[in-house]
Amino acid sequence: MDMTPGDLVTKLTARGVNVFYDDAHALKQVDLDIRAHEVTALIGPSGCGKSTFLRCLNRMNDLIEICRVEGDIRLDGEDIYDPAVDLVYLRARIGMVFQKPNPFPKSIYDNVAYGPKIHGLARSRGDMDEIVASSLERAGLWEEVKDRLEAPATGLSGGQQQRLCIARAIAVRPEVILMDEPCSSLDPIATARIEALIDELKQNFTIVVVTHSMQQAARVSQRTAFFHLGDLVEVGDTDTVFTKPVDPRTEAYISGRIG
Amino acid sequence: MNDRAEHIHKAFDEELRQLDNRLAEMGGLVEAQLAGAVEALRRGNTELAEQIVARDKEIDALDIEIDLFSVRLVALRQPVAADLRTIFAAIRISSDLERIGDMAKNIARRTHAVSRFPPLATTASIASMARVVQTMIKQVLDAWTARDTEAAADVFARDTEVDQHYASLFRELLTYMMEDPRNIGPCTHLLFVAKNLERVGDHTTNIAEQIDYAVLGTRSAERETHDPTNSLVPEAEGG
Repeated sequence: MDMTPGDLVTKLTARGVNVFYDDAHALKQVDLDIRAHEVTALIGPSGCGKSTFLRCLNRMNDLIEICRVEGDIRLDGEDIYDPAVDLVYLRARIGMVFQKPNPFPKSIYDNVAYGPKIHGLARSRGDMDEIVASSLERAGLWEEVKDRLEAPATGLSGGQQQRLCIARAIAVRPEVILMDEPCSSLDPIATARIEALIDELKQNFTIVVVTHSMQQAARVSQRTAFFHLGDLVEVGDTDTVFTKPVDPRTEAYISGRIG
Repeated sequence: MNDRAEHIHKAFDEELRQLDNRLAEMGGLVEAQLAGAVEALRRGNTELAEQIVARDKEIDALDIEIDLFSVRLVALRQPVAADLRTIFAAIRISSDLERIGDMAKNIARRTHAVSRFPPLATTASIASMARVVQTMIKQVLDAWTARDTEAAADVFARDTEVDQHYASLFRELLTYMMEDPRNIGPCTHLLFVAKNLERVGDHTTNIAEQIDYAVLGTRSAERETHDPTNSLVPEAEGG
């Protein structure tokens, strides 16, 4: 059963992407389209290249000196590796949520307000209040924190902190949100809340999530891409990948076999 | 079983083997039940017939066991891909086998009624139809064990043979009934027996479909189970 018969617009395209860490060939000739308003899950064993690929999508790999990225990655058709690209602006359009919640040692309010402030998204305190409130609401955290916005963010639970990081990411109105194992440090209830949130967020954002949990990929994503030893082995609709994968390596990995 | 690599959780491989073993056990029991039922009917052996009826409980118990075991595997192992398809196929196969068991029981139950009449030549035709059906069951169970989709395809071909047997039995029985109204009693019973055997053929092809599903992930649309006797009208004598 097709869930989205509507427009399948490609948000990000990757063509012939190769990544090297010094001489190590970490990602080999990857072609992948990320569709708008869908959740794409990247799965595969440790060291398969899935996080490397994720970090290529907002040029986080630029920060790693030994890392060399080749190939072509476009956001809405624009080459994100064009030297003229403003990295700060790029990362506002393509936000990121990390494995461990990493709130700034500031108040809950300031955590969310930080991005909009540096990007000049609010003209007044009233504007900012609204951005903070709506971001926290969208991240499903508003009800829990609305009476203590000035409290330190580090006082929140792990699950709340991760939702705060999501609020912080969406406060700058990105188009794409990259998530690198966003639930790996959370308990099942907090995980379920984040997963439900991811599902809601796809209406407004395009989401790419790296996960070690195959069940999570199955639960939250519409498309699943399986990486193995730097190769993109298979990409397809999530329901197909989990019921009828094409490649035996995918089959072996998702069903826990020694491949 | 099959030549896929082992699971990292070896216990899961063991559980999938257990599932196959249970199905094989159930299949063997069903084969024996059907053979016994047809034998009882042919020989008018009511004692054997009663044993067959009583043993159907064992098949029902295995069906429930396979069902619960499968649910447990889904809940605890969260299987995907071929593993998931295999478990769902096993559940469906088990319920088809359970139905075949019921058919055998129904055939056995008619032994008593049929044995009170003088034997008819039709019982030989029933026996030969039963032989085809029994071969199909054996073939489909072997195909499942080997996960052999080609062997499963042969089972479909044989079902046409079963349908032809059924149509000719239908005509044969009608002829007997028209010849002599005293034949109506036993012939009606034998007609039900023939219909039961025809249904066994259909359940066997359902199982063959599950082999395709487990191995290839394909599900063919429900096959037409055309009963050629649906529109058969006995011709009025002298008409």
